[in-house]
Amino acid sequence: MEIKLNLNGRTVTDHIDAGLLLIDFLRDHGCLSVKRGCETSNCGLCTVLMDGKPILSCSMLAARADGHSIQTLEGLQEEAADFVGFIADQGADQCGFCNPGFVMNTIALLREIPDPTDDEIRAYLAGNLCRCSGYDGQLRGIRNYLDSRKG
Amino acid sequence: MEQRQYKTVGKSVRKKDSMQLLLGKPVYTQDVVPDNALVVKILRSPHPNAIVREINTTAARKVPDVVGIYTWEDVPQTRFAIAGQTYPEPSPYDRLIIDRHVRFVGDVVAIIAAETEQAAEKAKKLIKVKYDLLEPVLDFRKAKDNATLVHPEEDWFPPCEVGGDNKRNLVASGLDEHGDVDGVMASCDIVLDRTYHTKAFNQAMMETFRTYTDMDRYGRLHVVSSTQIVFHARRILSRALGIPKSKIRVEKPRIGGGFGAKQTAVCEVYPAFVTLKTGRPAMLIYTREESQIAGSPRHEMEIRVRLGASKDGKIRALDLYTLSNSGAYGEHGPTTVGLSGHKSIPLYTGSLEAFRFGYDVVYTNLQAAGAYRGYGATQGIFALETTVNELAEQLGMDPTVLRDRNMVKEGMVMPAYYGEVANACALDRCMAHCRDMFGWEEKYPVRDMGNGKVRCAGVAMAMQGSCISSLDVGSATVKLSDDGTYNLIIGAADMGTGCDTILAQMVAECMDCSVEDVAVFGADTDVSPYDSGSYASSTTYITGKAVEKACTDLKKQICTIGAQMMGCAEEEVVFESTRVRRVNTDQTVSLQDISYKAQLFNDQVAQATATHTSPVSPPPYMVGMVEIELDKLTGLVTILDFMAVVDCGIPINPALARIQTEGGLVQGIGHTLMENVTYDAKGRPIESSFLQYKLPTRLDMGKLRVEFEHSYEPTGPFGAKSIGEIVINTPAPAIAHAIYRATGVWHRELPITPEKVAMTKPE
Repeated sequence: MEIKLNLNGRTVTDHIDAGLLLIDFLRDHGCLSVKRGCETSNCGLCTVLMDGKPILSCSMLAARADGHSIQTLEGLQEEAADFVGFIADQGADQCGFCNPGFVMNTIALLREIPDPTDDEIRAYLAGNLCRCSGYDGQLRGIRNYLDSRKG
Repeated sequence: MEQRQYKTVGKSVRKKDSMQLLLGKPVYTQDVVPDNALVVKILRSPHPNAIVREINTTAARKVPDVVGIYTWEDVPQTRFAIAGQTYPEPSPYDRLIIDRHVRFVGDVVAIIAAETEQAAEKAKKLIKVKYDLLEPVLDFRKAKDNATLVHPEEDWFPPCEVGGDNKRNLVASGLDEHGDVDGVMASCDIVLDRTYHTKAFNQAMMETFRTYTDMDRYGRLHVVSSTQIVFHARRILSRALGIPKSKIRVEKPRIGGGFGAKQTAVCEVYPAFVTLKTGRPAMLIYTREESQIAGSPRHEMEIRVRLGASKDGKIRALDLYTLSNSGAYGEHGPTTVGLSGHKSIPLYTGSLEAFRFGYDVVYTNLQAAGAYRGYGATQGIFALETTVNELAEQLGMDPTVLRDRNMVKEGMVMPAYYGEVANACALDRCMAHCRDMFGWEEKYPVRDMGNGKVRCAGVAMAMQGSCISSLDVGSATVKLSDDGTYNLIIGAADMGTGCDTILAQMVAECMDCSVEDVAVFGADTDVSPYDSGSYASSTTYITGKAVEKACTDLKKQICTIGAQMMGCAEEEVVFESTRVRRVNTDQTVSLQDISYKAQLFNDQVAQATATHTSPVSPPPYMVGMVEIELDKLTGLVTILDFMAVVDCGIPINPALARIQTEGGLVQGIGHTLMENVTYDAKGRPIESSFLQYKLPTRLDMGKLRVEFEHSYEPTGPFGAKSIGEIVINTPAPAIAHAIYRATGVWHRELPITPEKVAMTKPE
């Protein structure tokens, strides 16, 4: 089948198998930031934005993205660069494999709740697993970023 | 304690790869695979113990785009071990690439190579296998001398004498004794005899096992793998495939977490075999299910502790026996078990008169275990620390005071730790610091919150090592680049831990330059100087010292060239960061000019490689305290506050040391409260996905607080010891202690799930 979508600002048209998952479509189209960590929608590594909302690309057919806009971390480098340095300062990037999904969901969080409390951050990002950092360093990084914006 | 001021060491600089990782750049194994790579899939056994009587691949081979299907008849018949250990490995050679005898649910039956994943999966379903089923050994308590042998084969081979015997299902056995244990135990006022059980917890690193292979431009096997052990992987592949090491190159890109899982060459041999057979690039990526059921998790252990003490709280004798379940293959079996005693008993060196530590490691028809952060110490410390907490409760003593009286202190000889001296030990200060910061006096008493919930606290101590003494080898090459900056080349593997960065900090400290002026590369068997690899908490301590030595040599080389340029003797010049100066004069040459000179009509090398090893393995120490809230109705345990104070010597990068600690604590919390490993009656694993194997989320870990008590380890680089492993050891005993305080029940089996808390009544 043929699908047409907006991928990181570009119009992409492709013939795909009906069963193709969005994550595999995205990796085939050069969006290698999108990672697979499980097959059961449990880890959050494959998080991308569809029409601005975070979704798990491992649990959605590429066909469902037809006519929609998909953004991956490749398309949101500047928005991410705004805050990820604060996470780097904590050393909380660690192995980095969960970072793209976590960063994408953080972008969604900050768009939806510009000034979140710590509990709101934890709740919003609860679906993003990280086995290295113990999570607190990620939280400190986001908190420092939010504080820096307040001057 | 020796106090030194450093410019770069001790600073929380960012990891060198931070922004690449945080911005999602393609730096992992799967990201570098070309489109034409074959997809490799593995058909796995549904039976725990069986012989492949007949395997029919005719239909599978007819699937379009299938390139090759390989069975036991196609592979070399030399047994090997996939444990990443220094040769000769303590792990027995008990594997074939594909064995006709399959030994656990998930063991390899066939390798499929196809142009596409769909074709490989389709072919997998069409392979017809007839099995002769054998009685499996599923209970590790009944494995030793069982009528069923997991490895009956005649060519089973142990490269080291470790007390193993395949005709008894024994991977290893041993005994270590000091003093008259039975005599001292008989004269003790109180003897506790307790048995503990820990499970085969999964590392569950976010990037599953994966390897890419191709033939390089010289016709050699080129392996890109998510591995902690490039050099061991090369040796393992050489033996398994029957080709010389000179025909193999192994490199690692960035690694999506390891925690010891990737200290075993879990998946490398399969795509390598396909590439050798087909000459084609090949890629194998384990699914999460494969990682869960056919990986290299922690060794399940049953540990019996006998503790003898006096009424006034002097711990006089310890007697540990560990039964370790190595699963279907023996990887890391003989070594992990040792740490269950050797890295728990020495904590009580302060008062101990005698100890005994015996062990058996057995084969079963379950998933093979491997290396996991903590490596046996985690299991032993859970058992011993819980027993010590029970002693404190029985004696009515504050458990922190009991430990103050018995713990190892700086300067003591540790008979249970190979007779090593605790050169740098701040365990006493860790305890005092943790008690104050945590507020032990207020949190230890049980507080009924009036809503069915109680709050209380628990405590534990831990130790680990900083390498494998008299064995591990680390090396570093430091070279002067032509603008006066440096290249650091290592064989150790940064798996997210930040070792590339902390080793660069050491170069910067030695060469008096900025960390940005040090470019790091690792790890590649063709390029890197030899390194055992990143495991056993050794990289900071061993490879760090090699970095220090290499810098000393390089400085001397730079001075030689500088002196030549100034026309004076080498002894007349000094190295001063960006220049070399002739002493007592203003005459200098800049580092940049020296680096250009090094490339022009020059015969003086400006590149140093140094190697280091250590006869000792100085332990880091720590104290962990936890406050929980326990719901008496549902059994739910909520972590409110976990405080850790760690003595890792001098932390090279405090931010990274802190993150290591926080990450280790949360893994430990997971093992204690939610991660379970169970099998059904037919030996099939239940927790085969993240739906059943529950990792802690950011809602499950409460407030973490981490502090450091510095000590100065004289044999380490800049006073450093290790940090990576020790941090996983305190949550289980500390939380089990707090749960006892709340419920009156000692849970001696992990994990302690809400169901168990709710259903178990005090004895």
